Amino acid sequence: MEKIRVEKLYKVFGPQPNKAIQMLEQGASKSEIMEKTNCGVGVNNTSFSVDEGELVVVMGLSGSGKSTLVRCINRLIEPTRGKVYIDGTDITSLNTEELRKVRLKKLGMVFQNFALFPHRTVCQNAEYGLEIKGMPLDERRKKAYEALELVGLAGWEESLPDQLSGGMQQRVGLARALALDPDILLMDEAFSALDPLIRRDMQDELISIQERMRKTILFISHDLDEALKLGDRIVLMKDGEIVQVGTPEDILTNPANDYVRRFVEDVDITKVLTAESVMKKTEAVGYLKTDGPRAALRKMRKNSISNLFVLDESRKLMGVVTAQDCARLVQEESRDLASVVCTSCKTAHLDTPAQDLFVIMQDLGYPLAVVDDDNRLKGVIIRGSLIGALAERGGN
Amino acid sequence: MDIPRIPVGKAIEASIDYLVEHFSFATKAFSAVLDTGLDIVEGAMHALPPWLFILLTGLLVWRLTKSRKIGIFSIAGLLLILNMGLWKATISTISLVIVSTLMALLIGVPTGILAAMNKYVNKTVMPSLDVMQTMPAFVYLIPAIPFFGLGKVAAIFSTIIFAMPPAIRLTCLGINQVPKELVECAEAFGSSRWQRLVKLELPLALPTIMAGVNQTVMLALSMVVIAAMIGAKGLGGEVWKAIQRLQMGNGFEAGIGIVIVAMIMDRVLQKIGSKK
Repeated sequence: MEKIRVEKLYKVFGPQPNKAIQMLEQGASKSEIMEKTNCGVGVNNTSFSVDEGELVVVMGLSGSGKSTLVRCINRLIEPTRGKVYIDGTDITSLNTEELRKVRLKKLGMVFQNFALFPHRTVCQNAEYGLEIKGMPLDERRKKAYEALELVGLAGWEESLPDQLSGGMQQRVGLARALALDPDILLMDEAFSALDPLIRRDMQDELISIQERMRKTILFISHDLDEALKLGDRIVLMKDGEIVQVGTPEDILTNPANDYVRRFVEDVDITKVLTAESVMKKTEAVGYLKTDGPRAALRKMRKNSISNLFVLDESRKLMGVVTAQDCARLVQEESRDLASVVCTSCKTAHLDTPAQDLFVIMQDLGYPLAVVDDDNRLKGVIIRGSLIGALAERGGN
Repeated sequence: MDIPRIPVGKAIEASIDYLVEHFSFATKAFSAVLDTGLDIVEGAMHALPPWLFILLTGLLVWRLTKSRKIGIFSIAGLLLILNMGLWKATISTISLVIVSTLMALLIGVPTGILAAMNKYVNKTVMPSLDVMQTMPAFVYLIPAIPFFGLGKVAAIFSTIIFAMPPAIRLTCLGINQVPKELVECAEAFGSSRWQRLVKLELPLALPTIMAGVNQTVMLALSMVVIAAMIGAKGLGGEVWKAIQRLQMGNGFEAGIGIVIVAMIMDRVLQKIGSKK
């Protein structure tokens, strides 16, 4: 279901916004408009939507208008023209009081430089939104503690923000937004001010929180790696316009234009592609219940492979057998395939990043099995095909 | 060709005359309130024997500043004043400072808040403050007389006008200095204007406002001394008497008394202001 929809949104800063928009519609460039009307174009005719429970990253370099765009959504900045719908309500038409209610009920925001109130304790910061709502002290304190625990800050409730490290401060910022239990989280460069290592931790944390809470998140970032890691979809912006909207893989494998292509050129593709996207489907599997060593051998010969994955009746992976072992069983005239199944074979999950696959596959004598959450075999990866897949997608 | 003289002085005179004539009820009410206030403060301070008052002040200063040195200094200084026979004048001066400071803050801080919240108020208030701060202090003494006659109330009136600008300015500054991101955050979480003021802006502006309070007190003290010329009495009165009779010794004794009072007040207010 659609949660946020932005329609033909413009934001022009300066004395003659209407004239500037007219010029934009006629295709004038930003600098031309600046020269003629003294107006700066923040956001230029953007439209996109965010579904419920989706994490969309708005991504662009500094000055691309992404921060302005997100501020237009909760109207910290008034849009010049265009509509913003949240749950079908046109935000741009609300009066101050109605807008305040929407902000209170539906929108949580996390800021780049944390924006914690220095005179309030961690707990008082986390409960700020609830306090504004008018929730009684006991109740809001309880919720604030829960939110702080969720972000891993239990025990720090009574500290002051400046006693905390940057990463912890941003956890408070996140807790402050989560305590309100809003439908929508707006995260403006939330992790950009953090050290790379802590940033990665926070990203992982956000992913795990998102798995549990399934909020609708609009995340602003200038870091492509971050966008690719977090985003269900990415909205790529340049000069106030949207250049491309798509899943991380779309953006990497089908860049819309040269700008996007140049942008994604340096991406380490192994971080983005997952086992699922490089694996091959395989028909050649053995079933423990029905197949004996002879059948297994025949399947291997037919597909010219020397190992065979063995499954139970619900396609759960039991292990792997080698041609050698099967041949020996045939010679011994045994029918017991189970006795030669190597059950400790290595597997990868569908979501395992391609860069980790190299490590797992090192010194592996057979292909790597890719399984889902229930250990069902979904595909296999052969080392040669892994490198091939990467070379093909990377394009460079 | 003669350019006619613009009657600036006459116009001001006429308007003050008009005010005196038609608003005497207001000045009388103001006068009554201040007189009572002053009587209460002064009476309370005179109720204690000087030695007890000095001891209590010393302890209070020590508690407030958490510095034994300043506590001992204030006891010694006040004892010196007592010894020089300036006790009554000092109490009178301190009472004048307290009452006029309270009034100045009562008007100044809310005005500063309004000026920070509303740009039209700001545009009216700021130029008036420039005038108030650059006008020589003596000039305020003149209109005070037709309004309130010679005496303490006139002194307090001119002191309030003289001492108020820093309270307004620094309150306004303190609120405007709150980082934009924090204001944005308060907005994003749906705070009303009032909640934003009370929960974010005033607490963060407090150190700056306290600096304004400190300046207001110091200005009030200096003006109360000058206001001796229109009958404020107190330590300033002693100085004024000494000038007229050319009594150097007496003049300096009263001057030292003023310095002691000023130092005690300044140290205490600075410590309170710099505390988180």
